[in-house]
Amino acid sequence: MNDGSATEPTPEQLEQMSREEQMLAGAQADGVHILHRRDRFPVPGTKAEKRAERQVAALFGLTFLGALAFMVCYVAVPWKFKLGDNNGYKWYTPALGISLGVALLGIGCGAVLWAKKLMPEEEVAQDRHDDPSTEFDMQTTGSTIVQGLVDTGLGRRKVLTRSLGLGAGAFGLAALFPVVGGLIVRPRGELDHTLWRKGVRLVQVDGTPLRPEDMEPGSLATVFPNVPDGTTNAYAPTMLIRLRPGTVIKTRKGQQNFQWGDYVAYSKICTHLGCPVSLYEQQTNRILCPCHQSQFDVLQDAKPIFGPATRPLPQLPITVDADGYFIARSDYIEPVGPAFWERKNP
Amino acid sequence: MTDTASRARQRGGTPPVRRKGELSPLAKAGKELDERLPAARGTRSLLNKVFPDHWSFMLGEIALYSFIILLLTGTYLTFFFDASMGDVVYNGTYVPLRGITMSEAFSSTLKISFDVRGGLIMRQIHHWAALLFVAAMLVHMLRVFFTGAFRKPRETNWIIGSTLLMLGIVEGFIGYGLPDDLLSGTGLRITQGIIQSTPIVGTWLSYLIFGGEYPGTEIIGRFYILHVLLLPGIILALVAVHIALVTVQKHTQFPGPGRTERNVLGERVLPTYGAKAGGFFAIVFGVLALMGGLFQINPIWLYGPYTPSQVTSGSQPDWYFGAFDGIVRLWPAWETRFPDYTIPAAFWAVQIPTIVIVGMMFYPMIERKLTKDNAHHNLLQRPRDVPVRTGLGVMGLLFYFVLVASGGNDLIATKFQISLNAMTWIGRIALVVLPPLGYWITYRICLGLQMHDRTVLEHGIETGIIKRLPSGEFIEVHQPLGPVDSHGHGTLQYAGAPVPKKMNTFGGVGRRMIGFFRPVAELPPPPKTNGDAQPEDARPKELAGTSSGGSSSDSSVDSTED
Repeated sequence: MNDGSATEPTPEQLEQMSREEQMLAGAQADGVHILHRRDRFPVPGTKAEKRAERQVAALFGLTFLGALAFMVCYVAVPWKFKLGDNNGYKWYTPALGISLGVALLGIGCGAVLWAKKLMPEEEVAQDRHDDPSTEFDMQTTGSTIVQGLVDTGLGRRKVLTRSLGLGAGAFGLAALFPVVGGLIVRPRGELDHTLWRKGVRLVQVDGTPLRPEDMEPGSLATVFPNVPDGTTNAYAPTMLIRLRPGTVIKTRKGQQNFQWGDYVAYSKICTHLGCPVSLYEQQTNRILCPCHQSQFDVLQDAKPIFGPATRPLPQLPITVDADGYFIARSDYIEPVGPAFWERKNP
Repeated sequence: MTDTASRARQRGGTPPVRRKGELSPLAKAGKELDERLPAARGTRSLLNKVFPDHWSFMLGEIALYSFIILLLTGTYLTFFFDASMGDVVYNGTYVPLRGITMSEAFSSTLKISFDVRGGLIMRQIHHWAALLFVAAMLVHMLRVFFTGAFRKPRETNWIIGSTLLMLGIVEGFIGYGLPDDLLSGTGLRITQGIIQSTPIVGTWLSYLIFGGEYPGTEIIGRFYILHVLLLPGIILALVAVHIALVTVQKHTQFPGPGRTERNVLGERVLPTYGAKAGGFFAIVFGVLALMGGLFQINPIWLYGPYTPSQVTSGSQPDWYFGAFDGIVRLWPAWETRFPDYTIPAAFWAVQIPTIVIVGMMFYPMIERKLTKDNAHHNLLQRPRDVPVRTGLGVMGLLFYFVLVASGGNDLIATKFQISLNAMTWIGRIALVVLPPLGYWITYRICLGLQMHDRTVLEHGIETGIIKRLPSGEFIEVHQPLGPVDSHGHGTLQYAGAPVPKKMNTFGGVGRRMIGFFRPVAELPPPPKTNGDAQPEDARPKELAGTSSGGSSSDSSVDSTED
């Protein structure tokens, strides 16, 4: 860091210096020039100095009180949650926050105030020394590197170079195998199928099957396949809608008989990015996805009519079994949820 | 002997006359240490390191301190968190969720919130600190951008900083996903949809990340190790390099009296800067403690455990993910379809932020190429002096703000009674129209400010005093800032520093004003603003005159030698 312009004082001179003079000599050696330095209070013991001191001390005192309050609150304020019981639980976290915050702000503001009001005022310039290296240093470093490489014979000994490259390259590749290989899982067409099968009952989240008479006209129920993991699977959730009497749906080709009377079932998984499309507007027969506001029109077979979704919600073919409960007639006939590269477009 | 030296004598007491071989305990310890690891010189130069003083240089500090607080609170949380997707039936203190099947991750987060004494405040400080961490990085980055601090030789640190911002966002998002609650689960679902939308490898990528079909049973465990080990490790390493580069290359500074490309003016680490920085850490921590205690954040017990069939309306990600949510909301239903393959609309949507991020990362090189400015820069620029860059920055900011606002367009629609569909269209149009408009307006404002600076330098400050000439004409008296030529025009040149525009302000020496809202102490008159190219010893004499024992660098050498 020595910029070379300052001559170091001799040991004798150093011994003669005061502490501050030694500090200044050190700064000089570091290329640090103290342009302006003075005590904030050149005359000691003035009212202003005492006031500044009191302010800082008061802030540190606040830290003492805050820390004390933190410990007291931590121990004394009731902290166990009790439903409907106003035992002061709700004050626990705020009390800790306030006391901890006051303690930290006290010491923080105190330190800053101390530096600003009481420590010597300084204006200091430091030399940057960010010139590029000297021509000599650059040339010799370059030569050292190149000569070192030449000495290894890397360029000359072709056989060695090539075999090393081959070996190291293969090893690098080999190292990648366990890293990536262990993580790769082969998709086996799960995205094309869901848990729905022919004859599987439509059940609610608690496992109760649904009969047509359980639903009011214009209502919606979220249903799941009555199979293991049916309610937790990410692709199976389905909306069963009972249309108001007289509502006619413009169905897609080949899906005319998917509905059962006034009852239609659509996948609940948005075709945009997979959120559950939960908001059913009874009056307009529209379904809204709350995540990105895609809107699907039930009257047009759940076709997207606004927003970023590009595909209609897949329809689940349904019927009613001998016991009068809703069942699926088959799986969905197209992939459910967000699109992906391998998705076919017939 | 100079004043400094005599004053030093008074204050420092008698010179430290010691008998040979007799050392104070501290000096003895230092000597023992140095005999093993010679560090005296390095330590001294580190303590003498000069940091320039400007409020905007604190922004990076806020980011650093919030990261430290994240490490502290995060470590505490790991003592109780269980990163498992195994099912448990909740039977803890929070009665409304009793009997519900949930993952161990969600259940242990409930435990931290209700059954660990002081656990909730730790969780909340951690979450607030994460939000502050990303916000501080972003604002710090804006400061660096608008003042041109990224220019040569600091391009590398800009790229490291951009990487840190991205890593911070990813780290935050993963942490937000760990509790496995309904809100973050919805965000994860959307992210999976976006990953899956990648052409060719999307399905494989999603299976690789989730260990099979979404959601699987592994993602929380994988997120956990990423969140507590891998990403913090990388962030910590990059922060170390970032700070090391600032130390070696030294901080930039705004132009002003005595400040040149070859020096840095400010305060030394010991004692003032160190005390201020240490105090500021406590202040940041204190504010986060207050926020963690007083402002509820991410009350997962109100959302409930994640289940793929449920969602709440008004689902919002943490703020730094709002822009990504905004772009997928605004992007039209443009899917690319081949007979056997599909490129989903979401893929095209996320290309927009990707392009912006890559452009941002390589901006220093792009600007260097276009301006052919290959010079070494240590002095900052005022945003007005580089209208194109400032305009581009405002353009990017507006683009970003439209996306963030669109990420919450359903809430805006609800609160302000606007049609949801209208909000989407407003967002789409604003995204295209506002940024160029912002660029143009900013460019014009910059030019106007530049011209006003030059007007004041030429004609002086408007005093507000109206004078009536004998001819009956009224003129306003202008106070020249410096010497004037034969036409009465100021001869001072603009040097990149603020120009005083009102009486009793100090322009380029604003830093030396004491008092926050108004000056509270008498100060030297403003020195000339053309400090840019001056060597230090040509510093205005007024500055040195304020010190009771003013000393130039030379006189301090004298004082050590007499």
